[in-house]
Amino acid sequence: MPKKKDAKKIVFQSADEMPMMPMSIGSMLYNKTGSWRNIRPEIRLEDCIQCGICWKFCPDMSIGIENELPVVDYDYCKGCGICAEECPVKCIVMVEERK
Amino acid sequence: MKKVMMGNHALSYGAMLSRAQVIAAYPITPQTQVVELLSEMCADKTLNAKFIKVESEHSAMAACIGASITGARTFTATSAQGLALMHELLHWASGGRLPVVMGNINRSMAPGWSIWTDQNDSLSERDTGWMQFYCASNQEVLDTVIQAFKVSETLAIPSMVILDAFTLSHTYEVVDIPDKAKVDEYLPPFKPPYRLTPDDPHAFNGLTSPEHYFELRYKLQKDMEKVPALIEETGREYEKLFGRYLGLVDDYLCDDAEIILVTSGTAGYTARVAVDELRGSGVKAGNLRMKVFRPFPFEVVQRILKRAKKVAVVDRNISYGHHGIFAQEVKSALYGQAGDIPVFGFIAGLGGRDITPASFREVVDYTLSHDIPEDNILWIGVKK
Repeated sequence: MPKKKDAKKIVFQSADEMPMMPMSIGSMLYNKTGSWRNIRPEIRLEDCIQCGICWKFCPDMSIGIENELPVVDYDYCKGCGICAEECPVKCIVMVEERK
Repeated sequence: MKKVMMGNHALSYGAMLSRAQVIAAYPITPQTQVVELLSEMCADKTLNAKFIKVESEHSAMAACIGASITGARTFTATSAQGLALMHELLHWASGGRLPVVMGNINRSMAPGWSIWTDQNDSLSERDTGWMQFYCASNQEVLDTVIQAFKVSETLAIPSMVILDAFTLSHTYEVVDIPDKAKVDEYLPPFKPPYRLTPDDPHAFNGLTSPEHYFELRYKLQKDMEKVPALIEETGREYEKLFGRYLGLVDDYLCDDAEIILVTSGTAGYTARVAVDELRGSGVKAGNLRMKVFRPFPFEVVQRILKRAKKVAVVDRNISYGHHGIFAQEVKSALYGQAGDIPVFGFIAGLGGRDITPASFREVVDYTLSHDIPEDNILWIGVKK
């Protein structure tokens, strides 16, 4: 996982350059909230029935669909386990994160 | 066209003439007839707006924020506990620079449960980054809603248009309803520089690191500082079209006054009765009615008050452990000004107890008979 200091930050040099409200200031490009995770979802794709329920339930939009199969974005997945709980065939398991 | 209407309906007419596009409101107590009439206007197409009923004031302001960020002109109304429930979202509206306009009926905070007037509800929201306009007539309520949209949308700062419960909200007065086409001329459609749209996707109001947060607050304050001049400018523009000037304050016989009564809301007109009586008996009295409280109009308040020998502020509110809130702020405005004018801080009329000409007579008698106040709070009409 890239560290914060590796990511490119948007830093405005003066107030005049900035929009008046926090708008598209790119803070989530470097703030990879996946680093908070203690348990990670792992998907046994051979058992997946491609129902899309994990994709729909993920509260952080950290599950994408590629070639009709779910893919976890570990940069932002916080490991809440909702996908594993909701998976109707239980092909998502939560395993302990080793750091 | 002239119409006899209550203060609540003056707010509704103001929103209708401003062509509000989204109105979100919680329809039960402490709500008033403001949104009842607006819902009827939406139903019969007098007003082409989306009316969103929600389950709380917190949700009402959230819906207004959502609508405003897409570029819709947005209005709501509330009162007392309802305003308090919105507190968190008030910061979202101002921090997100969304020019929502809201009517607030000044009702006392519970407990004891109260539907009568004082200003502690809106003054508790003093530091949320909203502009605050305190009105003294139904005409002023209607006119101010239209002006508030103009000022809010120009500077991207939300506004609260505030009126006293019952003494204005449910009191019927003759109100001149401005011509709709002329209002359109005064208030063009809302076109924000940024908005939430699929055509140009952006993320709004996300995580803001210490590298940027400070500047956002600096920018809000800098724009707040532009408000007084803009209110005077848009007030003159309004006068040209409709014959009524909408300024920062309303001063009455202050030019040669030795004692100036500072008031806000409807108590201002009662103070004038007392001022006239005093003038009749040879006392040079005047009344400065504060209309705009946020941003605080330092310059005009200093200019008017520094001519007086004594200033008596009558507050219908209290900052517990300090004193009346307008009195605090008038004192801070006069700090460092020449003359060291004594400011007498009176508190009257909490919880809707009437402020009468006799109350002002008591205020004036005390102020004239003392060189300096004996206490930070001088109570009027409390059963001690």
